Amino acid sequence: MRKIVIELSSVGKKFIMGFTGLFLCLFLVVHLGGNFLLLRHDNGAAFNAYSHFMETSWIIRIIEFVLLGVFVIHIVMAFILAKENRSARPIPYAVNKASENSSWFSRYMEITGGIIFIFLCVHLYNFLISQRFFHDYPSMYAAVKTIFHNPWYCAFYVICLVWVGLHLIHGFQSSFQSFGFRHPVFFPWIQRAGLLFVILIFSGFIFIPIYLYFAKSSTAVETSYFGQVSRIRDSHLKMVHKNVKIFSGSKGKS
Amino acid sequence: MKFSLKIWRQKNAQDKGSFVNYEVFGISEEMSFLEMLDVLNEDLTLKGEDPVAFAHDCREGICGTCGLFINGRAHGPLRETTTCQLFMRHFKDGEALTIEPWRAKAFPVIKDLVVDRSAFDRILQAGGFVSVNVGSAPEANSILIPKKDADHAFDAATCIGCGACVATCKNASAVLFVSAKVSHLALMPQGKPERQVRVLNMVKAMDNEGFGNCTNTGACEIECPKGITLASIARLRREYCKAKLKP
Ligand code: HEM
Ligand code: SF4
Ligand code: FES
Repeated sequence: MRKIVIELSSVGKKFIMGFTGLFLCLFLVVHLGGNFLLLRHDNGAAFNAYSHFMETSWIIRIIEFVLLGVFVIHIVMAFILAKENRSARPIPYAVNKASENSSWFSRYMEITGGIIFIFLCVHLYNFLISQRFFHDYPSMYAAVKTIFHNPWYCAFYVICLVWVGLHLIHGFQSSFQSFGFRHPVFFPWIQRAGLLFVILIFSGFIFIPIYLYFAKSSTAVETSYFGQVSRIRDSHLKMVHKNVKIFSGSKGKS
Repeated sequence: MKFSLKIWRQKNAQDKGSFVNYEVFGISEEMSFLEMLDVLNEDLTLKGEDPVAFAHDCREGICGTCGLFINGRAHGPLRETTTCQLFMRHFKDGEALTIEPWRAKAFPVIKDLVVDRSAFDRILQAGGFVSVNVGSAPEANSILIPKKDADHAFDAATCIGCGACVATCKNASAVLFVSAKVSHLALMPQGKPERQVRVLNMVKAMDNEGFGNCTNTGACEIECPKGITLASIARLRREYCKAKLKP
């Protein structure tokens, strides 16, 4: 493994970066598709069914491991590139007007990527770890509703998603350039498509937490339940576990 | 015209170096940037001080020897202009100018504003050539070349190896230079026999010199005095993939 990384040329590394980056873009599309189920007025039935499928299907398990691998490769490669790039200019310029020859989101891919990495950790903790592994909530829908009931989480998600967008404004078209695809007629269309992709995907992703925060819960029972959980969860987590067990015991897992 | 200059002075490769401030007077608008420095150097020589070392040769924008980082831009603020072809009328009278050498690990400073660009020579030795039989000159028109290929090859061949692409790149990547050399020869029939080994060897030589990786920011194509574009880098990547996939 170490040998492969060392033997990769600068061209090969960028190819891998572009390939993994585009794969992650595809993942975002699928992810958003699933999230849209949250907008249905069915008290989360469709979303829970979808989340149950994601939790139990072995095909999804395999895809998840591929996805994990792609993330790890993208991130490890990002670190290698960043380290090499930094050491290529040991003495910086005293005056450097970089903004006159390049866009800032293309120059700060490490920063936007780093913010995505922090976001990724929080996001995985919020849903994958606390719900799938520890069953902190009665259902995935309950987990989503509880978390986005908290204005700080809502703000955090919205802000982080903006950085994902900035990463992709440069990243999407850059990956085609990394593959050597640059046609005088088609490439400007790839750039436009990239911009449209970023705008559509991120208005979608950002809309959901904002909508859930402002949407009134459809039943009174639900409102009191979530009010209770978020209050308890803030002060003593242990109580939540107990509460959840009672709740899921009485209704069964959806 | 007069200018306040802040120039990087460094005795030799080992010296730490620092900025020194100078004032120059009596500069005419028709002087090139290098002629402005000549005026400064004459002044310094008369005072018995060490003149500022800077690299130059043709002074007509065709050799690639000159190259200064002026007020945060490689070869100064103009598009498609070498430092020697940059004229003082493009600056304001009394303007403060910060002048730095190209900064890259692969381009160590030799003295003041002069850097060692022999890394480029070693990359060229690795593959930037075509092998031909010696003897009497062949008939020039016996190999027909499509106009489109000839034009693209010529555009790539205009790269003068100045190193502005490396200097301006946030990662000090040399890929624009290498891509120009690879494109130039890959498009010509004379370059075809060594096409695959050439790109593999040149990329390897480039990586060995300690240049950074490309992030596709596009700064190089803005600063390149010869208008080499990212399309050239894309061609290098295609050439590289084709050569790698070839059994
Ligand atoms: C949903 C998550 C992500 C997506 C969709 C994504 C997508 C992309 C794409 C498409 C590129 C362009 C590749 C190229 O230029 O060939 C890229 C580059 C990059 N990514 Fe990501 N990325 C994600 C997460 C991350 C994370 C978590 C990090 C860092 C910890 C990261 C760091 C980088 C860096 C540093 C680059 C620039 C590499 C270079 O050109 O030098 N990315 N990303
Ligand atoms: S590609 Fe342009 S900037 Fe780079 S060395 Fe050649 S002429 Fe100079
Ligand atoms: S001195 Fe030859 S290009 Fe400037």
